[in-house]
Amino acid sequence: MRSQVATHMNLRRDIFQAIADPTRRAILVLVAVQSMTAGEIAANFDTARPTVSKHLQILTECELLKAEQMGREIYYSLEIEKMKEIDEWLHQFRKLWEARFNQLDEVLSTMKKKKNDKPSTF
Amino acid sequence: MTNHLLFDFTVDKAAKTVSITREFAAELSLVWDAFTKPEILDQWTAPAPLTAKTKYMNFEVGGRRFYAMVSPDGQERWAIQTYTSITPKTNFKLNNAFADQDENPELPGSEWDYSFSEQNGITKVSITIYNESFERMERMIEMGFQGGFTMTLNSLEELLAKLSQR
Repeated sequence: MRSQVATHMNLRRDIFQAIADPTRRAILVLVAVQSMTAGEIAANFDTARPTVSKHLQILTECELLKAEQMGREIYYSLEIEKMKEIDEWLHQFRKLWEARFNQLDEVLSTMKKKKNDKPSTF
Repeated sequence: MTNHLLFDFTVDKAAKTVSITREFAAELSLVWDAFTKPEILDQWTAPAPLTAKTKYMNFEVGGRRFYAMVSPDGQERWAIQTYTSITPKTNFKLNNAFADQDENPELPGSEWDYSFSEQNGITKVSITIYNESFERMERMIEMGFQGGFTMTLNSLEELLAKLSQR
Protein backbone atom coordinates (compact mmCIF):
# COMPACT_ATOMS: atom_id res chain seq x y z
CA MET A 1 0.00 0.00 0.00
CA ARG A 2 2.78 2.39 0.90
CA SER A 3 4.49 1.84 -2.43
CA GLN A 4 1.33 3.15 -4.06
CA VAL A 5 1.89 6.51 -2.43
CA ALA A 6 5.49 6.49 -3.56
CA THR A 7 4.64 5.73 -7.16
CA HIS A 8 1.88 8.30 -7.18
CA MET A 9 4.21 11.06 -8.35
CA ASN A 10 5.26 8.97 -11.31
CA LEU A 11 1.76 8.22 -12.39
CA ARG A 12 1.26 9.39 -15.91
CA ARG A 13 -1.48 11.96 -15.93
CA ASP A 14 -4.39 11.35 -18.22
CA ILE A 15 -7.89 12.66 -18.66
CA PHE A 16 -9.47 9.74 -16.86
CA GLN A 17 -7.56 10.55 -13.74
CA ALA A 18 -8.59 14.16 -14.13
CA ILE A 19 -12.30 13.49 -14.33
CA ALA A 20 -12.23 10.90 -11.54
CA ASP A 21 -12.31 13.80 -9.07
CA PRO A 22 -15.51 15.84 -8.60
CA THR A 23 -13.70 19.09 -7.77
CA ARG A 24 -11.67 18.84 -10.94
CA ARG A 25 -14.79 18.19 -12.97
CA ALA A 26 -16.34 21.27 -11.39
CA ILE A 27 -13.28 23.36 -12.29
CA LEU A 28 -13.62 22.24 -15.91
CA VAL A 29 -17.25 23.30 -15.95
CA LEU A 30 -16.27 26.68 -14.51
CA VAL A 31 -13.56 27.56 -17.02
CA ALA A 32 -15.78 26.33 -19.84
CA VAL A 33 -17.66 29.60 -19.45
CA GLN A 34 -14.61 31.87 -19.49
CA SER A 35 -10.92 31.77 -18.70
CA MET A 36 -10.14 32.49 -15.05
CA THR A 37 -7.25 33.07 -12.69
CA ALA A 38 -6.49 30.56 -9.95
CA GLY A 39 -7.95 32.97 -7.41
CA GLU A 40 -11.20 33.35 -9.30
CA ILE A 41 -11.52 29.59 -9.60
CA ALA A 42 -10.72 29.03 -5.91
CA ALA A 43 -13.41 31.54 -4.92
CA ASN A 44 -16.00 29.02 -6.14
CA PHE A 45 -14.94 26.32 -3.71
CA ASP A 46 -14.81 25.83 0.02
CA THR A 47 -11.61 23.87 -0.49
CA ALA A 48 -8.31 25.42 0.64
CA ARG A 49 -6.48 27.43 -2.00
CA PRO A 50 -3.42 25.10 -2.20
CA THR A 51 -5.77 22.17 -2.85
CA VAL A 52 -7.31 24.05 -5.76
CA SER A 53 -3.80 24.87 -7.05
CA LYS A 54 -2.96 21.18 -6.95
CA HIS A 55 -6.07 20.37 -8.96
CA LEU A 56 -5.15 23.05 -11.50
CA GLN A 57 -1.69 21.57 -11.80
CA ILE A 58 -3.09 18.11 -12.48
CA LEU A 59 -5.56 19.44 -15.05
CA THR A 60 -2.79 21.35 -16.79
CA GLU A 61 -0.58 18.26 -16.85
CA CYS A 62 -3.47 16.35 -18.40
CA GLU A 63 -3.68 19.07 -21.06
CA LEU A 64 -7.28 19.76 -20.19
CA LEU A 65 -6.36 23.27 -19.09
CA LYS A 66 -4.18 25.78 -20.84
CA ALA A 67 -2.29 28.21 -18.59
CA GLU A 68 -1.47 31.56 -20.17
CA GLN A 69 0.42 34.44 -18.62
CA MET A 70 -1.39 37.74 -19.15
CA GLY A 71 0.33 40.59 -17.38
CA ARG A 72 0.87 39.55 -13.81
CA GLU A 73 -1.87 36.93 -13.83
CA ILE A 74 -2.04 33.41 -15.15
CA TYR A 75 -5.34 32.62 -16.81
CA TYR A 76 -6.65 29.11 -17.12
CA SER A 77 -8.81 28.13 -20.06
CA LEU A 78 -10.14 24.94 -21.56
CA GLU A 79 -8.38 22.84 -24.14
CA ILE A 80 -11.46 22.34 -26.24
CA GLU A 81 -10.29 19.26 -28.12
CA LYS A 82 -9.48 17.36 -24.94
CA MET A 83 -12.66 18.63 -23.40
CA LYS A 84 -14.76 16.85 -25.98
CA GLU A 85 -13.77 13.59 -24.36
CA ILE A 86 -14.80 14.95 -20.97
CA ASP A 87 -18.12 16.22 -22.22
CA GLU A 88 -19.20 12.61 -22.08
CA TRP A 89 -20.10 12.95 -18.42
CA LEU A 90 -22.86 15.41 -19.14
CA HIS A 91 -23.98 13.01 -21.77
CA GLN A 92 -24.40 10.44 -19.01
CA PHE A 93 -26.85 12.72 -17.27
CA ARG A 94 -28.91 12.99 -20.41
CA LYS A 95 -28.88 9.23 -20.73
CA LEU A 96 -30.16 8.89 -17.18
CA TRP A 97 -33.23 10.94 -18.04
CA GLU A 98 -33.69 9.09 -21.29
CA ALA A 99 -33.76 5.78 -19.42
CA ARG A 100 -36.17 7.17 -16.85
CA PHE A 101 -38.56 8.53 -19.44
CA ASN A 102 -38.53 5.32 -21.40
CA GLN A 103 -39.64 3.57 -18.23
CA LEU A 104 -42.33 6.18 -17.75
CA ASP A 105 -43.57 5.58 -21.32
CA GLU A 106 -44.15 1.97 -20.39
CA VAL A 107 -45.82 2.84 -17.09
CA LEU A 108 -48.13 5.27 -18.90
CA SER A 109 -49.12 2.78 -21.55
CA THR A 110 -49.97 0.27 -18.81
CA MET A 111 -52.01 2.92 -17.02
CA LYS A 112 -53.85 3.76 -20.24
CA LYS A 113 -54.71 0.11 -20.84
CA LYS A 114 -56.03 -0.32 -17.32
CA LYS A 115 -58.13 2.80 -17.66
CA ASN A 116 -59.66 1.56 -20.92
CA ASP A 117 -60.28 -1.96 -19.64
CA LYS A 118 -62.40 -0.92 -16.69
CA PRO A 119 -63.52 2.61 -15.96
CA SER A 120 -61.81 3.79 -12.83
CA THR A 121 -64.12 3.98 -9.85
CA PHE A 122 -62.01 6.20 -7.65
CA MET B 1 -38.51 1.45 -27.30
CA THR B 2 -38.35 4.01 -30.05
CA ASN B 3 -40.57 7.04 -30.14
CA HIS B 4 -40.84 10.27 -32.04
CA LEU B 5 -41.73 12.34 -29.04
CA LEU B 6 -39.76 15.43 -28.24
CA PHE B 7 -36.84 15.09 -25.85
CA ASP B 8 -34.81 18.19 -25.19
CA PHE B 9 -31.98 18.35 -22.69
CA THR B 10 -29.82 21.39 -22.09
CA VAL B 11 -27.29 22.28 -19.46
CA ASP B 12 -26.68 25.94 -18.80
CA LYS B 13 -23.36 25.89 -17.02
CA ALA B 14 -23.34 29.59 -16.16
CA ALA B 15 -26.86 29.59 -14.75
CA LYS B 16 -26.22 26.20 -13.09
CA THR B 17 -29.47 24.88 -14.48
CA VAL B 18 -30.46 21.78 -16.34
CA SER B 19 -33.57 22.01 -18.51
CA ILE B 20 -35.38 18.94 -19.69
CA THR B 21 -38.45 18.81 -21.90
CA ARG B 22 -40.16 15.61 -22.90
CA GLU B 23 -43.45 14.70 -24.54
CA PHE B 24 -45.52 11.69 -23.54
CA ALA B 25 -48.18 9.90 -25.53
CA ALA B 26 -50.78 10.14 -22.80
CA GLU B 27 -53.33 12.61 -21.54
CA LEU B 28 -52.31 15.17 -18.98
CA SER B 29 -54.13 13.68 -16.00
CA LEU B 30 -52.25 10.37 -16.37
CA VAL B 31 -48.88 12.09 -16.72
CA TRP B 32 -49.65 14.34 -13.77
CA ASP B 33 -50.43 11.24 -11.67
CA ALA B 34 -47.20 9.61 -12.79
CA PHE B 35 -45.23 12.57 -11.41
CA THR B 36 -47.23 13.11 -8.23
CA LYS B 37 -48.26 9.69 -6.90
CA PRO B 38 -45.66 7.71 -4.97
CA GLU B 39 -46.73 4.25 -6.15
CA ILE B 40 -46.27 5.37 -9.77
CA LEU B 41 -43.11 7.44 -9.16
CA ASP B 42 -41.46 4.36 -7.69
CA GLN B 43 -42.10 2.49 -10.92
CA TRP B 44 -40.06 4.71 -13.18
CA THR B 45 -37.76 7.24 -11.45
CA ALA B 46 -34.91 4.85 -10.72
CA PRO B 47 -32.84 3.84 -13.73
CA ALA B 48 -32.30 0.06 -13.79
CA PRO B 49 -30.77 -1.74 -11.97
CA LEU B 50 -31.68 0.72 -9.21
CA THR B 51 -35.14 0.77 -7.67
CA ALA B 52 -36.96 3.66 -6.04
CA LYS B 53 -38.63 3.33 -2.66
CA THR B 54 -40.91 6.01 -1.22
CA LYS B 55 -41.29 5.79 2.55
CA TYR B 56 -43.99 8.42 2.63
CA MET B 57 -45.27 11.24 0.48
CA ASN B 58 -47.65 14.12 1.22
CA PHE B 59 -48.25 15.90 -2.02
CA GLU B 60 -49.29 19.31 -0.70
CA VAL B 61 -47.51 22.63 -0.27
CA GLY B 62 -45.10 22.18 2.64
CA GLY B 63 -45.52 18.40 2.37
CA ARG B 64 -42.68 15.98 1.75
CA ARG B 65 -41.64 12.87 -0.05
CA PHE B 66 -38.99 10.81 1.71
CA TYR B 67 -37.53 8.29 -0.67
CA ALA B 68 -34.47 6.25 -1.57
CA MET B 69 -32.69 4.92 -4.60
CA VAL B 70 -31.81 1.33 -3.81
CA SER B 71 -28.98 -0.52 -5.52
CA PRO B 72 -29.15 -4.26 -6.27
CA ASP B 73 -26.91 -4.97 -3.26
CA GLY B 74 -29.37 -3.15 -0.99
CA GLN B 75 -27.50 0.11 -0.56
CA GLU B 76 -29.93 2.99 -0.02
CA ARG B 77 -29.43 6.63 -0.91
CA TRP B 78 -32.07 8.76 0.73
CA ALA B 79 -33.44 12.14 -0.30
CA ILE B 80 -36.22 14.47 0.79
CA GLN B 81 -38.41 16.45 -1.55
CA THR B 82 -40.36 19.35 -0.08
CA TYR B 83 -43.18 20.76 -2.17
CA THR B 84 -43.05 24.54 -2.32
CA SER B 85 -45.81 25.25 -4.84
CA ILE B 86 -48.58 23.24 -6.49
CA THR B 87 -50.97 24.32 -9.25
CA PRO B 88 -52.94 21.14 -10.01
CA LYS B 89 -52.30 19.65 -13.45
CA THR B 90 -50.22 22.66 -14.47
CA ASN B 91 -47.13 23.10 -12.34
CA PHE B 92 -45.38 22.10 -9.14
CA LYS B 93 -42.13 23.08 -7.52
CA LEU B 94 -39.99 21.30 -4.99
CA ASN B 95 -36.73 21.43 -3.16
CA ASN B 96 -34.72 18.22 -3.29
CA ALA B 97 -32.12 17.52 -0.61
CA PHE B 98 -29.96 14.49 0.03
CA ALA B 99 -30.56 12.99 3.43
CA ASP B 100 -29.50 10.20 5.74
CA GLN B 101 -31.82 7.33 6.60
CA ASP B 102 -33.10 9.26 9.62
CA GLU B 103 -34.44 12.06 7.47
CA ASN B 104 -31.74 14.59 8.29
CA PRO B 105 -31.40 16.73 5.17
CA GLU B 106 -28.11 17.91 3.74
CA LEU B 107 -28.67 21.50 2.75
CA PRO B 108 -28.69 23.28 0.42
CA GLY B 109 -30.74 21.24 -1.98
CA SER B 110 -31.69 21.81 -5.60
CA GLU B 111 -34.79 23.60 -6.85
CA TRP B 112 -37.04 21.74 -9.27
CA ASP B 113 -39.79 23.24 -11.38
CA TYR B 114 -42.19 20.99 -13.32
CA SER B 115 -44.64 22.32 -15.91
CA PHE B 116 -47.30 20.30 -17.72
CA SER B 117 -49.34 21.03 -20.84
CA GLU B 118 -51.40 18.91 -23.21
CA GLN B 119 -52.06 19.20 -26.91
CA ASN B 120 -53.91 16.62 -29.00
CA GLY B 121 -53.44 13.88 -26.45
CA ILE B 122 -49.70 14.52 -26.14
CA THR B 123 -48.53 15.84 -22.80
CA LYS B 124 -45.41 17.97 -22.61
CA VAL B 125 -43.44 18.09 -19.38
CA SER B 126 -40.77 20.74 -18.82
CA ILE B 127 -38.40 20.37 -15.90
CA THR B 128 -35.89 22.95 -14.72
CA ILE B 129 -33.35 22.00 -12.08
CA TYR B 130 -31.26 24.62 -10.35
CA ASN B 131 -28.27 23.69 -8.22
CA GLU B 132 -26.37 26.11 -6.06
CA SER B 133 -23.10 24.31 -6.57
CA PHE B 134 -21.51 22.25 -9.29
CA GLU B 135 -20.48 19.65 -6.74
CA ARG B 136 -24.10 19.09 -5.98
CA MET B 137 -24.97 18.73 -9.62
CA GLU B 138 -22.29 16.09 -9.76
CA ARG B 139 -23.76 14.25 -6.81
CA MET B 140 -27.17 14.38 -8.35
CA ILE B 141 -25.77 12.61 -11.37
CA GLU B 142 -23.98 10.14 -9.16
CA MET B 143 -27.12 9.36 -7.19
CA GLY B 144 -28.86 8.36 -10.37
CA PHE B 145 -25.89 6.54 -11.71
CA GLN B 146 -24.70 4.77 -8.65
CA GLY B 147 -23.40 1.48 -9.89
CA GLY B 148 -23.02 2.94 -13.33
CA PHE B 149 -20.88 5.86 -14.22
CA THR B 150 -19.36 6.37 -10.78
CA MET B 151 -18.38 2.77 -10.52
CA THR B 152 -16.84 2.93 -13.95
CA LEU B 153 -14.66 5.79 -12.79
CA ASN B 154 -13.77 4.03 -9.56
CA SER B 155 -12.70 0.88 -11.33
CA LEU B 156 -10.78 3.01 -13.76
CA GLU B 157 -8.95 4.60 -10.86
CA GLU B 158 -8.16 1.16 -9.48
CA LEU B 159 -6.92 0.05 -12.83
CA LEU B 160 -4.72 3.10 -13.12
CA ALA B 161 -3.35 2.51 -9.65
CA LYS B 162 -2.52 -1.08 -10.58
CA LEU B 163 -0.88 -0.10 -13.82
CA SER B 164 1.22 2.49 -12.03
CA GLN B 165 2.58 -0.15 -9.65
CA ARG B 166 4.26 -2.11 -12.39
